[in-house]
Amino acid sequence: MSDLYHVSSSPHVRSKDSSSRIMLYVIIALLPTACFGVYNFGIRALMLILITIATCVASEWIFEKIIHKKSTINDYSAVLTGLLLALNLPATLPWWEAVLGGVFAIVIVKMMFGGLGQNFMNPALGARCFLLIAFAADMTNFVIDEYTGATPLAAMRNGEAVNTFNMLIGKTAGTIGETSVIAIVIGAIFLILMGVIDLRIPGSYILTFVLFILIFGGHGFDWNYITAQLCGGGLMLGAFFMATDYVTSPITPNGKILFGICLGILTGLFRLFGANAEGVSFAIILSNLLVPMIEKITIPRAFGQVKEGK
Amino acid sequence: MNKNMERLSNGLIKENPTFVLMLGMCPTLAVTTAAMNGLGMGLSTTLVLVFSNLLISAFRKVIPDGVRMPAFIVIVASLVTVVEFLMKAYTPDLAVQLGVYIPLIVVNCIILGRAESYASKNPVIPSIFDGIGMGLGFTFGLTCIGIIREILGAGQIFGVQVLSLEWFTPITIFVMAPGAFLVLAFLVAIMNIVREKMEAKGKPLAAPSGCLTGDCAHCGQSAMCTGKKAE
Repeated sequence: MSDLYHVSSSPHVRSKDSSSRIMLYVIIALLPTACFGVYNFGIRALMLILITIATCVASEWIFEKIIHKKSTINDYSAVLTGLLLALNLPATLPWWEAVLGGVFAIVIVKMMFGGLGQNFMNPALGARCFLLIAFAADMTNFVIDEYTGATPLAAMRNGEAVNTFNMLIGKTAGTIGETSVIAIVIGAIFLILMGVIDLRIPGSYILTFVLFILIFGGHGFDWNYITAQLCGGGLMLGAFFMATDYVTSPITPNGKILFGICLGILTGLFRLFGANAEGVSFAIILSNLLVPMIEKITIPRAFGQVKEGK
Repeated sequence: MNKNMERLSNGLIKENPTFVLMLGMCPTLAVTTAAMNGLGMGLSTTLVLVFSNLLISAFRKVIPDGVRMPAFIVIVASLVTVVEFLMKAYTPDLAVQLGVYIPLIVVNCIILGRAESYASKNPVIPSIFDGIGMGLGFTFGLTCIGIIREILGAGQIFGVQVLSLEWFTPITIFVMAPGAFLVLAFLVAIMNIVREKMEAKGKPLAAPSGCLTGDCAHCGQSAMCTGKKAE
């Protein structure tokens, strides 16, 4: 019998991509950011990264053991969640709060809704927002070694001048992973070259945000102000690594652009008119909730499909 | 007397208004920031519930069917006014803590639900016990949520510091709105596990009792009734 007669149902052509492969690419792309965070904030940052990764993997394994499901820790998604969570925490955070955040991310945000692919919001950001509300003082304590001042965004809010060049390299106060724009962009370029993410979400996000602060920022076309807003806080990390999460972003091409526009407007609203200086994480988890609706209105028309008449 | 006991356990466990019927969610989520508030809210609702069940059951043959809702509301609102004045006189601190949620007992679904589905169809004595059972079930639910939120959110139980602030950082999210939803969800999940375990042992708990009229369209429990007639 020749192989020619072999009959199987579609799909016949499979790509080499798999969940674990994509997760691995994203983890590799985050390494420059993580390394810079450790270099910038010292051994505490490294400890925190290891603790959250260990917590996330362990809680996924234990939860699946308890409910008698096949273990999925080999797809690296828990490692990625732990890494992203750590990059979103200040290096001064007590270790047990980071553990609590890791358990919240995996057990409540991800596993309770059905595991990878079913979670309705980004687990790492869900946990970050949980910690931000639960331990407001610890989560905004960025005083470590040489950094004693406020974060650039908080300083700008108070009308102080900021050093845009330092913000670009990352020599500022902030969470472990958000400070260095250069390290983040290196990782993002790697992801775009590998075809893991496309520019629709980050592009429309950043463009909308720039437009928003041009109109409502009250500084007019001030190049310094716009660059500082873009480089400050978690905007870059959020735009390239968190908003593009496959599970919690739309799959339709137009939906991705609409999603980015929602993110830009929400981030601008939170930063300019909200109670806190930073609003990227809240903007992303709120937009995550809009994804089903965005997908519903942006389903592309199939070739040959006729619009239903009224 | 057996039937009265059955009413009590029905309200406390089988059809617990907080964890099973999911009624009266507004005060459940809003006032349970501390165990004392939950207990106070539960007991004041119980008081109103017992007397409203008593009065409505006593007047059930006099009240015309067409205007029964306004009649129930008038009875409940009068009782709530009494309770509100009593609380302001004797427990002023608690009255301030509970605030607008005391007058809002008037529109609490548990009270109107019990009036509609039980008291208006049953004699006085079982109605009183139904009120006590439901009220205690509500109090139990609210106090449980309040205790958990108070321990995690402030390290206290009934205002007494049990977890020393020297080593415990209060998880403030639990005394805020999201904490209420988290705690309620987990308690309902635990309650469901317990019920499933009991059903597996051969003690069916899901089927609601007290189906006397056979009129599913006007039954407050029709949503969870397993023996529902096709409409």
